[in-house]
Amino acid sequence: MTKSLAVLKGTCLAILLAGTAPVWAQDTHAVTFVQPVEPQGLDPTVSSPVAAGQVTWQNVFEGLVAIDRDGRVVPQLARDWTISEDGLTYSFHLRDDVTFQNGVPFDATTAKFTLERILGENSTNGQKANYTAISGVEAVDATTLVLTLSRRDADLLYWLGYPAAVMVEPGSADSNGTTPVGTGPFKVDEWRKGDRVLMSAWDGYWGEAPALETVTARFINDPQAQAAALQAGQVDIVGNLNAPELFAQFTDDPDFHAVAGAGEMEIVAGMNNAKPPFDDLRVRQALMMAVDRPSLVAAVSSGHGTEIGSHFSPANPFYEDLTGEFPYDPQRAKALLTEAGYPDGFSFEFKVPTRPYAQRSAEILQAFFSQIGVNANIQSSDFPATWIQDVFKDTNYDMTIVGHAEPLDIGIYARDNYYFNYDNAEFRQQMDQIAAATDETARETGYRKAQEILAHDLPALFLFSYPKLGVWKAGLDGVWENGPVPANDMTDVHWVD
Amino acid sequence: MTRPLTFLRSLLGTAAVLLIASLVIFLLIDAAPGDPAEIMLGTSAQPDTLAALRAELGLDRPLMVRYLGWLAGVFTGDLGQSYTYGVAVRELIAERLTVTLPLTLMATVLAVVISLPLGVIAAARPGKPEDGLASLFSQIGIAVPNFWIGLLLILAFALKFKWFPPGGFPGWDAGFGPAFSALVLPSIALAIPQAAVLTRVTRAAVIEVANEDFVRTARAKGLSRNRALWRHTVPNSLLPVVTMLGLQIPFLISGAVLVENVFSLPGIGTLAYQALSQRDLIVVQNVVLLFAVIVLVVNAGTDALYARLDPRLRARK
Repeated sequence: MTKSLAVLKGTCLAILLAGTAPVWAQDTHAVTFVQPVEPQGLDPTVSSPVAAGQVTWQNVFEGLVAIDRDGRVVPQLARDWTISEDGLTYSFHLRDDVTFQNGVPFDATTAKFTLERILGENSTNGQKANYTAISGVEAVDATTLVLTLSRRDADLLYWLGYPAAVMVEPGSADSNGTTPVGTGPFKVDEWRKGDRVLMSAWDGYWGEAPALETVTARFINDPQAQAAALQAGQVDIVGNLNAPELFAQFTDDPDFHAVAGAGEMEIVAGMNNAKPPFDDLRVRQALMMAVDRPSLVAAVSSGHGTEIGSHFSPANPFYEDLTGEFPYDPQRAKALLTEAGYPDGFSFEFKVPTRPYAQRSAEILQAFFSQIGVNANIQSSDFPATWIQDVFKDTNYDMTIVGHAEPLDIGIYARDNYYFNYDNAEFRQQMDQIAAATDETARETGYRKAQEILAHDLPALFLFSYPKLGVWKAGLDGVWENGPVPANDMTDVHWVD
Repeated sequence: MTRPLTFLRSLLGTAAVLLIASLVIFLLIDAAPGDPAEIMLGTSAQPDTLAALRAELGLDRPLMVRYLGWLAGVFTGDLGQSYTYGVAVRELIAERLTVTLPLTLMATVLAVVISLPLGVIAAARPGKPEDGLASLFSQIGIAVPNFWIGLLLILAFALKFKWFPPGGFPGWDAGFGPAFSALVLPSIALAIPQAAVLTRVTRAAVIEVANEDFVRTARAKGLSRNRALWRHTVPNSLLPVVTMLGLQIPFLISGAVLVENVFSLPGIGTLAYQALSQRDLIVVQNVVLLFAVIVLVVNAGTDALYARLDPRLRARK
């Protein structure tokens, strides 16, 4: 008995020692950040760019231009550029001191290759549509790249800064998914699938060397597990903690910085505009007035996030506050419903993707709608697989609720066969005008007008912009507070003191 | 019938079951909503881009061609290439098994080590406080889901006492200590519901056997209570316990999916979950087939163990 007790004690001690070993001692040249969704390959120019870009964009791969932390387009591998008077010719002057991480120099020929690869017939770039205005790419000399456009596209420069258009080298392009080769300050050393990507500073970088020697992306999907990893010191940065109720515990903790920044994701309740009763403008407006958006934000994301009145979020430089258009007014909503021929309300199917923000929002919307006699039958829709097929492709739905994360994506309301089934000639014309804008002022005016049309017409109920709830260790500096693009840019991150 | 023939027959039977299982798995997964290419490309993809990716992944080939191709690959050991990771599925699965196998093994051992003594003690002293405690444990263990136990363990032993890491897996090349300690909390979370069920089964089985004639005879011949319990009752109660252990393997696997997720362990459960949500169908197919193989092998193993434990079953064949 005493012997077995001794063995038991010994085993326990061994386990404890193994557990307390200082594996995660603080290294002032290393940072580990959390990436919730493991990317499907590390190449942001194929497939869906979001998760891949969140690991490798700016860290490993760079573009002709970049989008900075304020959402503005800035030079990167192109020093500068000129746009012709008619808006149809873009001339880029490229840096001549850049090489890829495999030693191949970057020049206009590689840039031409990259862009033609995006536009090619066999392209699997999910963002291809954003670059289709380009009709010709010419490498005039090593540092001059000229793009010819078939139509004006005032957003093109922005999209050239997006993760989907990072520069790749012909020899390594096909293997970038597993062994990425870019021009950025960090190179990928190892991808332990299901667990982490290990990166380290690359000594051949053309720009200023980063302060960090190693950067690790850890894949932790569960928000509870993210918070636990932060508290246990396993990770240093969670760029966007996906559980607002867990965020509060970090705001009061002196060991952490907790910053509720502006995100690019707008939560909207899209309606099938081709189907009664949602084809009736009065019904859509009544539903909008039935929703008290500040209460919704308080309940869904602990008060973080901003209510919106149209499709843009406050993170967008062209954002206009249109929440006053249809404020919470159940009396007026009820009157409008009666006018539209539904004095006793109606019932509809509410297909809600299996995402926490969507499920919570849907339940609160259901309560709001019931106040004006409208009965929402909530049905969960497995996201992404079932939702994409059922709602997005087949538009077999009455109302749904989704976060739209892509910046500048107001044009979705002008697309044919998009899931809203919204068809408004005035709005389409407005989008054409924006594309043809020759200067920034005209572009801004165009986007403001587009927001106004949607705020009045309500193809979707505009609810709120989701906050970017960043949490990182005290002593870290340079982390992006806002999220104008989905990214975990570590180039400026450093430890202070 | 001679033994080699019986063996051959059961092997052929298993192969037939696996073949049918593979077809059912393939058809079910193919019928599930969600096109892998669409999910990979996101909602802004154009039709021509979708077509290009579908061709690249081989998704444009007819259903039966894809099934037969997969089946042929399974026989030659080539399980195909993951759509999303772009690496061989065989490597992916092998990598993940180095986490999941030790995890489930630890959990099973732990469950047996907890439940057998607890069940026997409860049976030996029915109605006593020990019995009440064992019953409380099994009730709680059955009622509380393992991922919730996992969360509580993280709160207590990772965040409060900092004895174990709250999640993640450093890999076996980081050394035995760190890798082992990363598996301790998840294996406890996985073991407790199993132990709860096994405690109940053990207690019931021991009580039932204790009332049999041969135990009464042994007691009548002067064997002490304790000796009768350990010498005659317990060994003869193991059969239902082994059955239950075998039956629980599928639950253990599905439990591992949740527990691995809570502890962000890169195991086969996380792989299955992720592959399913991203419709990496080729990975899902192979993982589900692997699960089917495991269940069949465990069943065969349980049968063999039966025969050893109960000579009557051997004689009947």
